[in-house]
Amino acid sequence: MAITCEINGKRVTLDVEGEMPLLWTLRDELDLKGTKYGCGIAQCGACTVHVDGQAMRSCVLPLAACEGKKITTIEGLAPENGGKLTAIQAAWIKHQVPQCGYCQSGMIMAAVKLLRDKPKPTDADIDAAMTNICRCSTYVRVRAAIHDAAKAAA
Amino acid sequence: MKTHNTPSNTSRRDFLQSGAAASAGLIVGFHWPAAPVAAQVPAPANMSGATEINAWIHITPDNRTILKVARSEMGQGSSTSLPQMLAEELECDWSRVELSEAMFSEHLARNRVYVSTSTGGSRAIRDSQAYLRKAGATARVMLVQAAAEKWGVPAAECSAASSVITHGPSKRTMTFGDVATAAAKVKAPDDVKLKDAKEWKILGKSVPRFDIPDKVIGKPMYGIDVVRPGMVHAAIKQCPVFGGKIKSIDAASLAATKKMRGVDEVLDMGSYVVVTGNNWWRCNQAVKSLKVEWDVGESGNVSSDSIKAYFREGLAKPGAVGKSVGDFEKAYADAPVKLEAEYYVPYLDHAPMEPMNCTAEVKDGRVTIWVPTQSAEGSAAAAASAAGVTPEKVEVFRQQLGGGFGRRGAFQDFTRQAVEIAKKTGKTVKLLWSREEDIQHGHYRPATLAKVQGALDKEGKLIALSGRVAVQSILERVRPEALRQTPDGPLDPQGTTSFEDTAYSVPNLRAEHVYRKTHVPVGFWRSVSHSQNPMFRECFLDELMAKAPAGKRDPYQFRREMLQGSSDAARRDLGVLDAVAKAAEWSKPLPASMFRGIAVQDAYGSHAASVVEIEKRSDGKLKIKRVVIVVDPGHVANEGAAKAQIEGCVIYGLTAVLYGEITIKNGRVEQSNFNDYPMMKIDETPEIVAILAPSGGFWGGMGEPPMAPLVPAFLNAIFAATGTPIRSLPLKHSGLTFV
Repeated sequence: MAITCEINGKRVTLDVEGEMPLLWTLRDELDLKGTKYGCGIAQCGACTVHVDGQAMRSCVLPLAACEGKKITTIEGLAPENGGKLTAIQAAWIKHQVPQCGYCQSGMIMAAVKLLRDKPKPTDADIDAAMTNICRCSTYVRVRAAIHDAAKAAA
Repeated sequence: MKTHNTPSNTSRRDFLQSGAAASAGLIVGFHWPAAPVAAQVPAPANMSGATEINAWIHITPDNRTILKVARSEMGQGSSTSLPQMLAEELECDWSRVELSEAMFSEHLARNRVYVSTSTGGSRAIRDSQAYLRKAGATARVMLVQAAAEKWGVPAAECSAASSVITHGPSKRTMTFGDVATAAAKVKAPDDVKLKDAKEWKILGKSVPRFDIPDKVIGKPMYGIDVVRPGMVHAAIKQCPVFGGKIKSIDAASLAATKKMRGVDEVLDMGSYVVVTGNNWWRCNQAVKSLKVEWDVGESGNVSSDSIKAYFREGLAKPGAVGKSVGDFEKAYADAPVKLEAEYYVPYLDHAPMEPMNCTAEVKDGRVTIWVPTQSAEGSAAAAASAAGVTPEKVEVFRQQLGGGFGRRGAFQDFTRQAVEIAKKTGKTVKLLWSREEDIQHGHYRPATLAKVQGALDKEGKLIALSGRVAVQSILERVRPEALRQTPDGPLDPQGTTSFEDTAYSVPNLRAEHVYRKTHVPVGFWRSVSHSQNPMFRECFLDELMAKAPAGKRDPYQFRREMLQGSSDAARRDLGVLDAVAKAAEWSKPLPASMFRGIAVQDAYGSHAASVVEIEKRSDGKLKIKRVVIVVDPGHVANEGAAKAQIEGCVIYGLTAVLYGEITIKNGRVEQSNFNDYPMMKIDETPEIVAILAPSGGFWGGMGEPPMAPLVPAFLNAIFAATGTPIRSLPLKHSGLTFV
């Protein structure tokens, strides 16, 4: 079946199985490798992307559910922000957040969405929104960088 | 800053257009903007015109410095801190430094010129520092000498700073780039003087890491991101019981699987089945649909309980004695206060965020692999063996690791499989394990059962300590010669960690390893035996000292008085113990709801001590509030990256203590994904106070040492809060509730 959606500002029509998760459509059909596979069961959040502005776990989101939706991946964040890194990405560099970095695309997508909803998040807001797993355990710096990005964006 | 990886004669766009990447799914004319340079098809390393001063250092005519990196980047920052060592002595302009991967083939062809490509055992920095700093200093001397010869002045009148050489008396200058070709012909000095740490300007500092900017924009750089011309994806299902093999594949399911969309081949590989195709998800759906009957042998009856019973049986008899001081039996028998306790920890999986993977090509008697590996040499050996060629016929393109923690080093099963599949299919194959395969086919932190005995005298001083540890040997899987043969069985020195090598003064000490062997593969999990043995010693001591005749001893003072020896280990352990007590304000009483524990242990050449503070709420629930860790690694290569290692170790360790457990039933692992092998998240993360206290004079590790005191300090805090000692992990079975 042909499915049409908008990915990082471009209209794309794909002829793939409707049940193919968005994650694998991005990675293996469209060669957008920034979105990562970690668990395949929506537990870890490494595959987080924005679908119509919502942070979603693309490993369990069938492509059929993306018909007509606007999708932004980590690759699309800066272009969507006028070609500049978002405040979250800049804070991630400033605080040297990533270690191995594998989970960080998903972490960043979740954090960008959090700041859009709550420009001044509390620690409790961060706890509730940032449910991604990081095995290198960058959590301390993730929290500090989100608070800093909130300040910078103010 | 740019990083140079591997030259390639095919551009990414070329093969996108050739259709290899798009499995015909894309039906509308559509072009992505030129993608960021991919790890697998990097910009050709712009080393043209660059002059090699030595194997580590190349200098270009426009005065850029290209530094080789021989060890792997898995998030610990060594791709920045290793070049910091070269640059410090070289006196080059850090802002004009570029990195280039030290290729395995060159390493081999040049008689192992890069010394080691292995990254594990917290060794990257401490094992490299001497030869890297020397390489930097040697190159600087050669560059200065070349400039002095051009000017016709004594080299002693010249100095180098920020890639510029200055002749002091005349103030004339030349850049490194100006003299690089001449410097390459200067005889390398045999002996060079290295700077004192006090003079360092780059080394030791929190220099921003080179790899981070690419990691916040989703740049493809990991093994899972590799794309090669004509490449097929591969998904795998391995025999769920370790060591088993395929008995049969149901014919109907095989026929149906072969017809599934996107499937290229279905392969019976003996101990595993593989589906190759044009999209990994399709391959994985297909491999899961296969009905395979496995020949599991007797291992199919093994369970965690049967393993524990077998370990306990081993503890009933003396083990191989690693160390014996004084007369433990007599001191223990005569002591006024004594205690015996049994400790248990389960198997643990590494579960790095990026599941195991490797891309392989076998062509014309040569093997090429693109692999996230902690050991290029280990990967090459596995690839060579799988393909039946010599290692000289193998090229390794190391990819960024999505976590390692010891899983991607000594055991290269994923590399071997990728090469086997590539050889069988004749295609370039990217093998990716599902998370389920990753968790069920690990090389696990060994389950361990230990019997600890100890005694106090009337004054409450420790007079006897014995640790008898039943555990499988990891070392025998990689270096069997490292085991000592004794009348009471083989002795793996990792079995007796924390007892054999304790820095405490203990007049009567015995350390024994009870050698065990099961079908469950064991491997080097972050901090290895230091993830469990310090718990057996340090938690036991808190329990024992609570029985002192004059009342419970202060855990800090009790340890302090045992570290009055003159050895380096005792002196440095005491240093970090005092420092952590000071930082955590141990001498000040805590509020009534707060409790704390303390522990100290040296590991991987460093010394570490920790205080963990927990809150006991009115409803009895516990909350980890603060972790203070002090590490003395002798010297620090990159302060920020080193602190990140402490932070990372804390959560990796607490996760294991709270939740970590791989159990065996019917010979196979019961857990399969993060739903039943859960991880700590940000909401559970306590405040972490990471303190570096380098005392100089030695170089220790950083990635693992913080784990050693952390685990017992946390458990000792629980003991303080509840009065009940923790002797078995994980805590999810303890009846305690953490919030």
